[in-house]
Amino acid sequence: MEFFRIKKDIPFMRNALVLNAISFITFIAAVFFLFHKGLNLSIEFTGGTVIEVQYEQTAELENIRNSLAGLGYGEVNVQNFGSSRDVMIRLPLIKNPDGSIMSSADQSSSVMGKLKEAQSQVKLQRVEYVGPQVGEELLYGGIKALLFVVVGIVIYLSIRFEWKFALAGIIANLHDVVIILGFFAFFQWEFSLSVLAAVLAVLGYSVNESVVIFDRIRENFRRFRKLNTPDIIDSAITSTISRTIITHGSTQMMVLAMLLFGGATLHYFAVALTIGILFGIYSSVFVAAAIAMWLGVQREDLIKQDSKANKDQAKTEDPNFGAQV
Amino acid sequence: MNRYPLWKYIVIVVALIIAIVYSVPNLFGEVPAIQIAPARSTLKLDPKLLEKVDSALKSADLLKSQLGYEDSSSEGVIRIRFNDTDSQLKAKDIIEKAINPDISNPDYIVALSLLSNTPKSLTSINALPMPLGLDLRGGVYFLLKVDMQGAIDKKLNALASDARGRLRDKTIRYQSIEKTNGKMTIKFANAEDAQKAKDLLIESIPDMSFQLEKLVEGSQLVGTFKPAAIKATQENALKQNIITLNKRVNELAVKEPVIQKQGIDRIVVQLPGVQDTARAKDIIGRTATLEARLADPVQPYIGLQDNPPLGMDAFKFGDRQGVFKKSIIITGDRIIDASAGFDQNQRPSVNLTLDAAGGRAMQEMTRENLQKPMGMILFEKGKGEVLTIATIQGEFSSKFQITGQPTTQSANDLALLLRAGSLAAPMEIIEERTIGPSLGAENIEKGFKSLIYGFTAIAIFMIVYYMMFGLFSVLALAVNLLLLISVLSMLQATLSLPGIAAMALALGMAIDSNVLINERIREELRQGVGPQLAISTGFEKAWATIFDSNVTTLIAGLALLAFGSGPIKGFAIVHCLGILTSMFSAVFFSRGLVNLWYGAKKKLQSVSIG
Repeated sequence: MEFFRIKKDIPFMRNALVLNAISFITFIAAVFFLFHKGLNLSIEFTGGTVIEVQYEQTAELENIRNSLAGLGYGEVNVQNFGSSRDVMIRLPLIKNPDGSIMSSADQSSSVMGKLKEAQSQVKLQRVEYVGPQVGEELLYGGIKALLFVVVGIVIYLSIRFEWKFALAGIIANLHDVVIILGFFAFFQWEFSLSVLAAVLAVLGYSVNESVVIFDRIRENFRRFRKLNTPDIIDSAITSTISRTIITHGSTQMMVLAMLLFGGATLHYFAVALTIGILFGIYSSVFVAAAIAMWLGVQREDLIKQDSKANKDQAKTEDPNFGAQV
Repeated sequence: MNRYPLWKYIVIVVALIIAIVYSVPNLFGEVPAIQIAPARSTLKLDPKLLEKVDSALKSADLLKSQLGYEDSSSEGVIRIRFNDTDSQLKAKDIIEKAINPDISNPDYIVALSLLSNTPKSLTSINALPMPLGLDLRGGVYFLLKVDMQGAIDKKLNALASDARGRLRDKTIRYQSIEKTNGKMTIKFANAEDAQKAKDLLIESIPDMSFQLEKLVEGSQLVGTFKPAAIKATQENALKQNIITLNKRVNELAVKEPVIQKQGIDRIVVQLPGVQDTARAKDIIGRTATLEARLADPVQPYIGLQDNPPLGMDAFKFGDRQGVFKKSIIITGDRIIDASAGFDQNQRPSVNLTLDAAGGRAMQEMTRENLQKPMGMILFEKGKGEVLTIATIQGEFSSKFQITGQPTTQSANDLALLLRAGSLAAPMEIIEERTIGPSLGAENIEKGFKSLIYGFTAIAIFMIVYYMMFGLFSVLALAVNLLLLISVLSMLQATLSLPGIAAMALALGMAIDSNVLINERIREELRQGVGPQLAISTGFEKAWATIFDSNVTTLIAGLALLAFGSGPIKGFAIVHCLGILTSMFSAVFFSRGLVNLWYGAKKKLQSVSIG
């Protein structure tokens, strides 16, 4: 069986402007929502308490809200979680009268007390408390990790190809990251640590697709000396697109299984991966190559490097030398 | 050309055997067990107790599948396995009756627990199941921060009082001693005294360095902590708090508590299976208090059933009671250090150091009560227990020795108990996670369900799309899962829900390598290359891309490992390992399969790749 048997090169680069306009608009929209609505950061980043409880029958959220309002905890967020019987209660950090932060155990026990008052068969499922200091650390840890990935990938691609490809590759894939964040801002989905992990994992994963295309571009520069740059890129994308879609598709199957069967805990993790994988195909194929073209990649950039490598005798040592994919 | 030398097949077979041996323990599940731990820090588990338990079980005719005495950490814990939950429950009642004569005040905590059912032959080569994270089996997680400034301040106080005493001893006149910002400033009327003091203190207080400064009137000596001393103080504080926590957690009779230091000032406490967070928090945060009191000089000991004389308190002391006056000389938080050592006659002793206020109280009291008995009482859960009663041999203040311990071991134990009376430095909870057991079971089920369904979907697709080569790819993927589980089990990495998610994702990404190989082989075939050559060039040319893709994914994985914490670390470890194992399975192993199947066929006309 074979899904894609394309005989003629598809003129992607002729439409590069349109394709990039689309992704530019999506990008701007994502940035807009990020600033306008902001991310709905989980308590892992903001500090606070999450309490999950389970009722035997359908939980009446309004009653729960009313009984918790009496505690004077300020903005208490009560919502269903997974099923109608499961309720998630989010509390902000609360200060005691003496200025110290109220401990999680006190908080959760007073909440449970209130809930039991109203309905005795409520069951405590999960408590999560993150102090303000830890939240801040996790946030900075996340930002550092993102920077580390970006710098690491740029360095790797610069060594592997050259800076124009590195720049194009990272712009294309950071654009995916911003779009994932945009989705989370727009729908106000909860952005937790596991979503961050998904974002970084998918960033490392989809850069690889750009690498595949860049590899093929380099190979084509060697093989077709008469073609101009856009034609070479077109041919490279056309010949790799089948594989791009099948690899991403099979990864997506696994992610889909997590989305469908993984339950509430894995839900947003899988959602972030899904968006990342779908936009990863798009951006690697259309955006990265086009940016590289506009940055002015030419035959000399890649071929010259090779001749230098020949002189250095690095040829035999480099496992990727002359790699053709 | 598609042939592996024999050694490569041997590598594959050996790797598979090791992988199977180390992943198999995860399949055995757990058996019901009973765990016995001392209820109070003063009690120890001894072989005699084991005999008691043994005979109790024998008399009740309970078939026990195994009896093992484990001396884990400082306190031993006895764990006994049972065939079924029924006999476990019955045995619990019988054991409780046999070893706890007074049920309302138990000596030992008898708790139900679960133990891994892995056969001894496997556990003896360290083939153990992966421990499950709290999110998979329920429990409590605390992250505590130790107030290091508090520990340093305490140390500074002690050193200041030490300095004061030494200056007084040598009759060096000083005007004042101030303690600010972790520094000690001693003012002198003239430079001569200051110089003398400097020489004295540099020698006697090695933890600080002293600087002489000229003032308008007189001079001052500024003592600052040496960096090594600060580090040592912090490490000791952390160590001591961990010891104290260990003792407290033992009381909760948790199956496998984890108490570890994290970074320089943090302690992680994990209590699997504990549901009542409020109680767990209460016990962890509780301060066992230590009191020094004068004992009744007339009749310091009475029997267990006797009532104390009027105006006196009686506390348990082994198989009798000690009688004490009501007034407290000092409490445990005055104790700066307690360590085991030897006195001048080479008898085991416990050396105590008190802070200045404690020293003063002790001096006043000892001056007036020479040759009278004094005792130390440890209060836990509101119940007092006498640690030692000793006769006051002379007047002393902040440094003294307690002798009369029969062995070095008992001196060590006493020192530990005296130290455990208070935390070295205050702690606060900065992170907490509690997961109910049903939620944990649900998580594990959902995690594995998505893993299995995802795997099945990929397997069906690969076989339909790539036929024989699809099957090879699926086998390689299965081997990848096997390798990943075995490596994680060898490392004894805790499996959590993010870990399962990472496993699923690792498989989803690992299949990419096989897709790359298969597509490349197809491409070669389309160009009219012969099957054998197509296979070999396909593998060769795909390798560069596979390597690239794994490097970029690994960069992301390492970033998560380096900067992530808690659940993210678990994800990152599995993610990174998954990438590494996929290099073996997707490239090396699957090539081996292909070679085995097609490599020997000399006149291969076509390959089954769809």
